[in-house]
Amino acid sequence: MANSDNNRRKFMVTTLQSVGLTTIGGLLWSGYCDEAKSSPLVLRPPGALPEEQFLDTCIKCGLCSEACANRESNKNRDGTQREGTLKMAKGGDHKLIGTPYFIPTEVPCYMCDDIPCVPVCPSEALDMKSLLNKKGELEINKAHMGLAVVHKESCVSFWGLQCDACYRACPLLDEAITLDYQKNERTGKHAFLLPVVHSDVCTGCGLCEKACITEKPAIFVLPREHSMGRDGDHYVKGWDKKDQQRAGDRKLDEIETHDKRSEKSPTDYLNKEIEY
Amino acid sequence: MKNLKYLLLRRATQIGLMFLYFSANAYGWHILEGTFGSSKLFGLIPLADPYTALQALSAGFLLGGDVIAGALIITIFYMVVGGRAFCSWVCPINMVTDLANWLRRKLKLDKEEVNYRFLKRRTRYWIMVLGLIVSAITGIAAFEALSPITIMQRGIIFGFGAGISVVISIFLFDLFGVKNGWCGHICPLGAAYSLIGQKSIIRVKHNHEACTNCMDCKVVCPENQVLHMINKESISVTDGECTNCGRCIDVCNDDALSFSIRDLNKKS
Ligand code: SF4
Ligand code: SF4
Ligand code: SF4
Ligand code: SF4
Ligand code: SF4
Repeated sequence: MANSDNNRRKFMVTTLQSVGLTTIGGLLWSGYCDEAKSSPLVLRPPGALPEEQFLDTCIKCGLCSEACANRESNKNRDGTQREGTLKMAKGGDHKLIGTPYFIPTEVPCYMCDDIPCVPVCPSEALDMKSLLNKKGELEINKAHMGLAVVHKESCVSFWGLQCDACYRACPLLDEAITLDYQKNERTGKHAFLLPVVHSDVCTGCGLCEKACITEKPAIFVLPREHSMGRDGDHYVKGWDKKDQQRAGDRKLDEIETHDKRSEKSPTDYLNKEIEY
Repeated sequence: MKNLKYLLLRRATQIGLMFLYFSANAYGWHILEGTFGSSKLFGLIPLADPYTALQALSAGFLLGGDVIAGALIITIFYMVVGGRAFCSWVCPINMVTDLANWLRRKLKLDKEEVNYRFLKRRTRYWIMVLGLIVSAITGIAAFEALSPITIMQRGIIFGFGAGISVVISIFLFDLFGVKNGWCGHICPLGAAYSLIGQKSIIRVKHNHEACTNCMDCKVVCPENQVLHMINKESISVTDGECTNCGRCIDVCNDDALSFSIRDLNKKS
């Protein structure tokens, strides 16, 4: 009797220990995975699904990267083979291992007409449908790998110098970046030629970043989630017919304009110095 | 002089396949492109690793058609040739762990397999299941996030970077830590292929009559629990954990072991 009690005890202890160890292992492993997938400032290939989805969809095969490195147009002017745009994340790159990405200052995306990197993707992590135009053809201009932003303090155009290197490097010349002409009050007789990026057109290829003449590029591409704000539904452009239409189509009770701030009155801000 | 036939054949296959993968990126060959996660044979036939596909599924993602078809093709292939033939004929980590194991024998680091309380040979099946659970929790293919197999493979194709440290760790673990530690106890991919190959057609067969009980096979076998019939019965090695590496056949000087077709009629 005592013996079988002992055995049962032993069994219980071993089971408990195994469960415990498995849980620890699972927690550590989950922690590592969570950490590994939280590398937010990564630029993905054209057509990539939104980052969160991309990470669970990409099967890390490298076919996109291989297609990019071996496309026929991947040649320098002197005919020598150029390094591919897409790299596969390795240990030490601080990105989820095995996922494709690119760094514009090293090799930007050249926006190939035939987009060889996308149709090869077996998992549809690179979504071909998102790059089809109305005629059903692949169109690289529909890609949104990121969005270029200008840091105006380091951009020499904002000093009044004429640069426009980014403007001319952009494959969507005068569409993704336009030049805004303004009077240079300092000299009184010159113009500022200020680069302005348009988010509906910019593909995030990074050719502007690569071309930028400053030591650290004053124009650079960030993933769209990080370089764009969101106005929210409750603002309506009264002067814009389409926007009014959009507002008109929605039921009033769907629009939420109240938040925590609404509980306080605007006069409190003046009278009681309430912080929002 | 011991026979090295299957060892050399395996190394040739492993290195040859890695070279084809490497050339897809380096020279744009369209023979074998991609990595184990998903590949293309002759630019046409999709291949995909079943365990990776399962992880992606549990991470909550509906697989693209190519990946499903690829995983099916690979599963069926290894159901026939023996699941862990992947391990001994394809996987590049096998060269690392075999080397560690060989050195271990040469350096006489240990003769007997030590019985670790929580690192049994069945641990890998737990890790395999745990990998799927962690994938479901974190939303990414969990084992793929640290798999030394694809880290090594991508290292060969795209360059190693810091990933080489993972491969070195496994080498050291197998050499100074646990005998057959990685492939025999931990690797969930090996576990998955063990299950796939449970009923495979191609098997090692033992001839008890010819056996002189030298036990050379058991010394060299990376999964020697599967050779329980040596000098006892003339049956096939039916355990899915056998890697079909053929080392036992190579080292047997008495022709008591050979590859054969599993006897489908006999329940063994
Ligand atoms: S579109 Fe960009 S990422 Fe794709 S193959 Fe061309 S250069 Fe490479
Ligand atoms: S081809 Fe698709 S699945 Fe393969 S690495 Fe590129 S994005 Fe990931
Ligand atoms: S990233 Fe720069 S170069 Fe590329 S489309 Fe946008 S603005 Fe033009
Ligand atoms: S057990 Fe894992 S690492 Fe070892 S050879 Fe098999 S797949 Fe490769
Ligand atoms: S039984 Fe033979 S073929 Fe199977 S793993 Fe052992 S040595 Fe290799």
